[in-house]
Amino acid sequence: MNPARNAIRLGLRRGFTEFILSLRSPQDQGFYLIVGLGTLAYLFFNRDNKVAGTDLLVPTFALPSILGALLAFGVVIGPAYGLAMEREDGTLLRHKALPHGMLGYLTGQLVYQSLNLLPLLLVILLPSFLLFDDVMSNGAAGWATVAWVVALGLLATMPLGMILGSVVPSVQKVGTWGMMPILVLSMISGILFPIQVMWGWVQVVAQALPIYWIGLGMRSAFLPDAAATVEVGDSWRPGMTVLVLGAWAVFGLLVTPRVLRRMARRQSGSQVQEAKEAALQLIK
Amino acid sequence: MSYGPREVLTGFDLDVHAGEVVCLLGPNGAGKTTTIEILEGFRLRSGGEVRVLGEDPAHGDDAWRARIGVVLQSWRDHARWTPRRLLQQLGGYYAPYATPERSRPYELEWLLDTVGLTENADRKIGTLSGGQRRRLDVAVGIIGRPELLFLDEPTAGFDPQARRDFHDLVHRLSDLEGTSILLTTHDLAEAERLADRILILTAGRVVADGSAEALTRQVAGNAEVRWALGGERFVHATDEPTGFVRRLFEQYGDEITDLEVRRASLEDTYIAMVQRFEAGDRTAPTLEEARP
Repeated sequence: MNPARNAIRLGLRRGFTEFILSLRSPQDQGFYLIVGLGTLAYLFFNRDNKVAGTDLLVPTFALPSILGALLAFGVVIGPAYGLAMEREDGTLLRHKALPHGMLGYLTGQLVYQSLNLLPLLLVILLPSFLLFDDVMSNGAAGWATVAWVVALGLLATMPLGMILGSVVPSVQKVGTWGMMPILVLSMISGILFPIQVMWGWVQVVAQALPIYWIGLGMRSAFLPDAAATVEVGDSWRPGMTVLVLGAWAVFGLLVTPRVLRRMARRQSGSQVQEAKEAALQLIK
Repeated sequence: MSYGPREVLTGFDLDVHAGEVVCLLGPNGAGKTTTIEILEGFRLRSGGEVRVLGEDPAHGDDAWRARIGVVLQSWRDHARWTPRRLLQQLGGYYAPYATPERSRPYELEWLLDTVGLTENADRKIGTLSGGQRRRLDVAVGIIGRPELLFLDEPTAGFDPQARRDFHDLVHRLSDLEGTSILLTTHDLAEAERLADRILILTAGRVVADGSAEALTRQVAGNAEVRWALGGERFVHATDEPTGFVRRLFEQYGDEITDLEVRRASLEDTYIAMVQRFEAGDRTAPTLEEARP
């Protein structure tokens, strides 16, 4: 039995187990419910409004974009919270004490966080088919596009979440270090309204980051080709999407292992103890 | 051995034999946890030389890690898992390291039974009591059938029954399985019960090394004699209580009442040694003598 392969196999099972346990947990079910209801309510109350300066209905434009933004949000904030929390509660340390335990742990995180996208996207997608017309205009080809955009988006953004989870000083800081920036970036990345209404320099910033491109890719999958006129350059720019997201994925593959190694090296029992005491100390 | 700018252990040679239980005692801040974390390979020392199972823990590979067990202080990890599921998952990592003489990991049912978790094996870990959770920590620490086991304050927060069960488990591991054990504790009675050898650490220096009995003998005046004479009470510390008591009777005869002879406990020894060291004194420690 090869120990490294064995650890990866255990990690796959770990990720799957975590996913099943999360689906059964009322806490996580509540989270999906709130995300689903919130998004659908926004789309429903804007169902007759048009996107400023276009003939597109708000739900038509915003639904695919929101799916893209949620994907980025889920795979950045999910691992960031997961790692930061499990650094503090001792999960990571337990794995550090095992032979090849870190390999298994990270495999588990990758599997778990990827699987988590399913309920997050389905909870919006399924009711949308019932509530709105013409959600998917491109049939099978559209779904194929969804598949590659999701896969590439995952590769581009999940490493950022892992890096974030490795460097935040404590779980409580994930909100300020992760949640706020992602929400702000979603606002400027053409999720709820087209990016052209922003100032020029904001458009440049947004197009350097992955969220805009994931949203664009999702719109190209769901919307009819005629809707491309709303976009920058009147095109879906699939080549550019692959290029930018690919660059972020490469960046992640190069940087993340180093950051994770450094973080794992610093894990120790006294660090977990300090985190425990810090969490019990409410007023600092 | 040093960590940061501070020497944590000075002039210290520790050989632990198979099946030996060694206990590190010392006041808070003496360097016990730092020492154990360096030995576990969880912290990098800044100087000195360390070998654990023949390897430098700073560069210990996964095969080395498989031979070591660490009992960690858990808090709230894996709250949604059950003990059975978690032990199955974590034990799996040791399977490739099984040898014909040493099967790995332990059989799950046997392990659950040994730590006393059988009844709670399928409950969510988040709903376990503090004591049950510590049992789980111990099970996770030993599941790979370690040759060397590290325990950092293993019984903190145990009730008396759980403490006794844990002591039985430690004896079983060292006697039957030949596991070497290094533990730290603040409970001196526990150290006396468990340890073949006790090391007292203060400010990074080993001030005593030996069995509980040998340590007690190192303290001058290792017994305390108490008696009453005509309504007045007396205490005297002495090396040879038998002779002292004989002379006492020769002198006062039947007037002596309430006679009590007590050997110095490990606690007395510990306090005497730590105090002597902190006072900067290097002479033989003495048991404090009190006159009424």
